[in-house]
Amino acid sequence: MYSFEPTDEQKLIVDEAKKLASREFRSRMRDSDEAAEPAPEWTQEGWKLGLLPASIPEEYGGFGDHSTLTWILAAEELAWGDLSATLVLAAPNLVAIPVLLCGTEEQKQEILPAFCTDSYTPASAALMEPRFNFDPSRLETTAVKKGEEYVLSGEKCNVPLAKDAEWILAYADFQGKSQGFLVAKNTPGLVVKEREKNMGMLAFPMYSVELEECKIPASHRLGGENGFDFQLLLNAFRVGLCAMALGVARAAYEYALDYAKQRQAFGEAIAQRQSIAFMLAEMRTDLDAARMMVWKAGWQLDQGEDATRESYLATNFTNDMAVMVADRAVQILGGYGFIREFPVELWLRNARGFAVMEGITLL
Amino acid sequence: MISFEISEEIRKQREYAEKLSREQIRPFARYYDENEHEVPWDFAKFIWDEARYHIGCLLPGSMDLEEPFMSQMHSVEALSWGDQGFYLCIPWPALGGTAVLATGTEEQKERFLKRFHGKEITWASMALTEAHCGSDSAAIRTRAVRDGDSWVLNGEKLFVSTAKASMIDSKGIMIVWATIDPSLGRKGMRLFVVESGTPGLKITRLEKKLGMRASDTAVVVLEDCRVPLENMLSNVGDPNKAKSFKGAMATFDSARPTAAASGAGIARATLDFLKEQLAQNGIVIRYDKHRYQMSAIEKDIVDMEAQLEAAWLLILKAAWLIDQKKPNTVESSMSKLKAGEIVTKITQKGIELMGNLGYSRKLLLEKWMRDGKVIDLFEGTGQINRLIVARRILGYKSKDLK
Repeated sequence: MYSFEPTDEQKLIVDEAKKLASREFRSRMRDSDEAAEPAPEWTQEGWKLGLLPASIPEEYGGFGDHSTLTWILAAEELAWGDLSATLVLAAPNLVAIPVLLCGTEEQKQEILPAFCTDSYTPASAALMEPRFNFDPSRLETTAVKKGEEYVLSGEKCNVPLAKDAEWILAYADFQGKSQGFLVAKNTPGLVVKEREKNMGMLAFPMYSVELEECKIPASHRLGGENGFDFQLLLNAFRVGLCAMALGVARAAYEYALDYAKQRQAFGEAIAQRQSIAFMLAEMRTDLDAARMMVWKAGWQLDQGEDATRESYLATNFTNDMAVMVADRAVQILGGYGFIREFPVELWLRNARGFAVMEGITLL
Repeated sequence: MISFEISEEIRKQREYAEKLSREQIRPFARYYDENEHEVPWDFAKFIWDEARYHIGCLLPGSMDLEEPFMSQMHSVEALSWGDQGFYLCIPWPALGGTAVLATGTEEQKERFLKRFHGKEITWASMALTEAHCGSDSAAIRTRAVRDGDSWVLNGEKLFVSTAKASMIDSKGIMIVWATIDPSLGRKGMRLFVVESGTPGLKITRLEKKLGMRASDTAVVVLEDCRVPLENMLSNVGDPNKAKSFKGAMATFDSARPTAAASGAGIARATLDFLKEQLAQNGIVIRYDKHRYQMSAIEKDIVDMEAQLEAAWLLILKAAWLIDQKKPNTVESSMSKLKAGEIVTKITQKGIELMGNLGYSRKLLLEKWMRDGKVIDLFEGTGQINRLIVARRILGYKSKDLK
């Protein structure tokens, strides 16, 4: 039977995420963006939510099971607060969730407990490569097996928190397939280069990374000798990013709606004019539709179904929706929309990132 | 718990409706488009005698289903995939019946809906629009004047779907919107049930339409049409207690997602056909490829599928809310405006992609484009539904946002 009602437990998590998002994320959004640095409270306070440990079973130090839907619900709330903050807080997922879903027993035992402690452990993934037609299923970074080791070579970009990450899950082409390799901090050949300068997500530090014949033990290939299903992870990547797009879009929509009711022109609120009111109605419609698509893809992932089509469609729709909604929010604010004293330009810059940042996050 | 799982009940009904669409609707769709105003009697009889026992929403007792409106959306979508005109001339209580259910007393439900359980094919219809007003339904001029123990109706109604089917082809009912006092605006609005055979109700014209030609759309004239007092819905004896306008508006909250579901069916028919044609020519749509590896046509199809999925899920959300007995005005209008928009775009694009074949009446693509357009027009135009959504999300009354 259909139901579009989250469980009581999920509602509780959403509630907590909402509080955190407004108290610690939104309040520090602008300053952190201007400083291009994450606020320490994001991880200090955010980690107390316990979202990641709640996804990891007891035998690996956590206290729950992974649910994509729960993450989706929480991620929308968090990203409503601030996208950079959400990405910083969720960065450990980039390693923990692939290991949980696709890792060998040995990999789970070795890696997961570090993400179940009381303090935040930074981790990252190196997927993207600096070219306009970057395609996660056709990587140029290569992995070659030599004896008991894999040798990784290639250039990666937008690698989150690369300087501090305890683990980086580097993706490389191995015999024609995209595969993952767990690279520990300070592994020789893992060269963290300059900080990326992007249009948005400014308080989420990302780096260029060079893999120069970086050797890792064979046991650190994600999923062991047989590897893993990259498409499954890609679907989860997409759904995760979509959930955050919902949050960013909702933030922009709500702000524009309030503004349109306040702002007077020609003796009445601008929201009382159909040209503004209809924009808001369309923003809300596509936002709600996108949410349903993201939920559906997430539900399918949780059911163990192949969500390739649904996660692709959700991404396709949600990315466009986020840019449309944020752009219209700027439009509704008029000149103020262009001024950094107001938040909407920041949401527009962030929203534009979703379509091009495939693979920076995973729920 | 969030779930997109289709129940066994809905799945079975859906499969039945899909088979019906493939075997008994689609093959005749073109004929009834080219022969406007002919009634597909064989189909109607089959629905009445057999099919409606397999497709829950077509029976008056369908509200006892576990997910009645969710089930209705699935059935309507699957039938409209076959042909929208056929779906619209299915004999069932439809919108008129929903209005009786929503605003009628127990006796009224018994008296007016019993016929839908009988052996004889019966249609229902609803008469709202007038020449000078469509979306502005509170401005109707059809008058109801009390005269002793009856109401006397006078006026002219436009765009009455299945008017002929309900009044002439069968012993059905028509729900007529009228005002007891035009100076009261929507407060003066009442709903009256006119039964087939009532003197004073005349069908004066069958409209010739762009699409949905298998279903009749008529002009109805009421000339001293006299109905018993008990035919006023929700309001036997005491006009001051009437909540007709609100009640009737509430029926639109289920009518809009239903119309939207019909649009989703037409859009899916188009996409299925396109994909089938492409597959025959060796082009299979891939959902795991980067845009740099996709052909333009693949990108077009994927975009359309995403749009359709967006509309369909809004429809399901709106239906789920009604099944949960929760308010759904915003969701209902959102589903309708989205479906109206996407079915228009998808069917228009479908012709473009199939080139001159798409334009030919040998195929159904051009028909689907003509049929699909009405989804953005009836049950409230796309603009009216935007207005409704906007008012609700802004917390405005109609005087605040005109």
